[in-house]
Amino acid sequence: MRNLRNRYRYSAILLKQLVKTDFKLRYQGSVLGYAWSLLRPLLLFVILYFVFVRMLKFGNKIEHFPVYLLLGIVIWNFFQEMTARSLTSIVERGDLLRKLSIPRWVIIISSSLSALINLLLNLVVVVVLMMFNHVDLLKTTLWLPLILLEVYIFALGLSLFLSAAYVKFRDVSYIWEVILQAAFYLTPIIYPLTLITNTTFQKLMLLNPMAQAIQDARYSSVSHKATIGYHLFQNKIYTAIPLVIVALVFFSGFTYFKSHAKYFAEEI
Amino acid sequence: MDELAVKVDNVSKVFKLPHEKQSSIKSVLVNFLRPNKGYELQQALKDVSLEIKKGEFFGIVGRNGSGKSTLLKIIAGIYQPTEGTVGVNGKLVPFIELGVGFNPELTGRENVYLNGALLGFSDKEINKMYRDIVKFAELERFMDQKLKNYSSGMQVRLAFSMAVRAEADVLLIDEVLAVGDADFQRKCFQYFKELKRDKKTVIFVTHDMDAVREFCDRAILIEDSQVIHEGAAGKIASRYSDLFTETAPSLKASNQKGGMRGGQGSVRVKKLSLEKSVLTAKDLTLKLKVILEAFRENENLMTGLRIKNSFGQFLHESNTWNEQKKVPDLPIGQTREVTWEFPNIYSDGQYVIDVYVYGENNEVLDIWDNAISFTVKRPRNRGQLVSLNPKITVK
Repeated sequence: MRNLRNRYRYSAILLKQLVKTDFKLRYQGSVLGYAWSLLRPLLLFVILYFVFVRMLKFGNKIEHFPVYLLLGIVIWNFFQEMTARSLTSIVERGDLLRKLSIPRWVIIISSSLSALINLLLNLVVVVVLMMFNHVDLLKTTLWLPLILLEVYIFALGLSLFLSAAYVKFRDVSYIWEVILQAAFYLTPIIYPLTLITNTTFQKLMLLNPMAQAIQDARYSSVSHKATIGYHLFQNKIYTAIPLVIVALVFFSGFTYFKSHAKYFAEEI
Repeated sequence: MDELAVKVDNVSKVFKLPHEKQSSIKSVLVNFLRPNKGYELQQALKDVSLEIKKGEFFGIVGRNGSGKSTLLKIIAGIYQPTEGTVGVNGKLVPFIELGVGFNPELTGRENVYLNGALLGFSDKEINKMYRDIVKFAELERFMDQKLKNYSSGMQVRLAFSMAVRAEADVLLIDEVLAVGDADFQRKCFQYFKELKRDKKTVIFVTHDMDAVREFCDRAILIEDSQVIHEGAAGKIASRYSDLFTETAPSLKASNQKGGMRGGQGSVRVKKLSLEKSVLTAKDLTLKLKVILEAFRENENLMTGLRIKNSFGQFLHESNTWNEQKKVPDLPIGQTREVTWEFPNIYSDGQYVIDVYVYGENNEVLDIWDNAISFTVKRPRNRGQLVSLNPKITVK
């Protein structure tokens, strides 16, 4: 019993310190430092805004499209950053793993928390933009934390699987890069879902947990005119599919990681 | 289990070593088609059992590659045993290396907190001991500088200063003594004395037999993945030394095959032999015979020897040119014998000999590293570089 408590205490101390270090090192040597955490999404937004809103006129029919766009980008970036960071995290901490017996999951959680901190900072930018765009505060915004939790659990499941697989097969990082790129275009992030005219395709796209989460987030916090699965599917059972996928991904990722974690030190 | 600190039960470890690291899916697919060709099994530990009592200072000794570090890592929980179990009673802190997790981009102060967390200390606890850590490391003025601007000595001091704070029921120490200067080693020994005084359980892997004799209560000797001796530290330390004073394996493998060989080859050393391969204090000279054989025309021959101790240090070198002895040109197909005699100034240990032949314009005709070895048994002179036979007069 005492050992178990000690082990959790150790994990907590370690986690805190690893996240801190990560944050300190992130903008190491840059003049603007932490300001980049806010500037990066802002600048990315400015570019996408000019390309998609001003030049291609994507979101003409959608109210508050700039905010709608930014929220999607921010959530996607979180997903992308968390999985990409976690993927290499075990191998990058190989030095520690070969010399100390630290709980392996702490490493994944620490990279995920770094990405989460970044997400929260980015959401600050979203809130500021909401105020500029005079977006009314919707009651449904209360759902947003739950939707973000869903994205986090989905990303965590993938991170656990990817990081453990990367220890054995270094191809994983390239494969994942391609998948992320493809998924970015298959998810209605930079274009509104209504751009897809075929409703069957719309429905198929909304089975993807990321598409579902991003659309739900937009619906809950930006505009009730955003298309969500609940409106699209006649049979409401289908709206549960993305959640089932998230649960499956999480449990298989967790199981794979757990069975391989013991051998990380030898295989890195 | 109550008074035992560590119990190792029939532990074996087999590493799967891929011939070519299987880091790509393609190589896995290829190897999948022809099974059992992708890797080699390497037995790192064979059926090791140990019981270490609380408060014991326990030594693990053995040659390089014998499996000591693997055992340490298995006890530390870094590696998983292939078979068998390990039980540890209480909190265990391994020191496989000093300053694990040190990040060159962080300041000394930040590294203290990071390394502290790895040792299990919260920020609060580090706050309390921070001054002592800095003071002990003698780095007061440098704590806000980045670690990359520290000299290696400063880094080691900081790391050591952290390590001595570690609060553990069992400490694992792997050759940390190998780094650092004499002053640092003195500090290390001081720390060991304190550990011993405080009755800490320590498992200590080392090559330094003096340290084993001084600090360890008990020890084991590992050779070829197995525990071959277990017992009192002093006994194990001398068993370890015996490993190196037994007749050298390269001599057994003799006579033309051992060692590394190169050179143009017009004249080669046909045979190199020692009058005796084990010398004692009674033998006053070391006698060597080199037989050269010519395969092509040659001129201005010169031949010589280098004698090294088991640490690879050159003790001396001697050749026919330096000694101003002429070696006549050798007709093709014929042999010539060169004999050497050195006073036996060698102290206890094992020695290896390199032999070489040079020709016209200093061209290397034959160079043969580690060609032969010999052993000197002179227990009273253990640990000395050479052993002179001084004439002592007491009036």
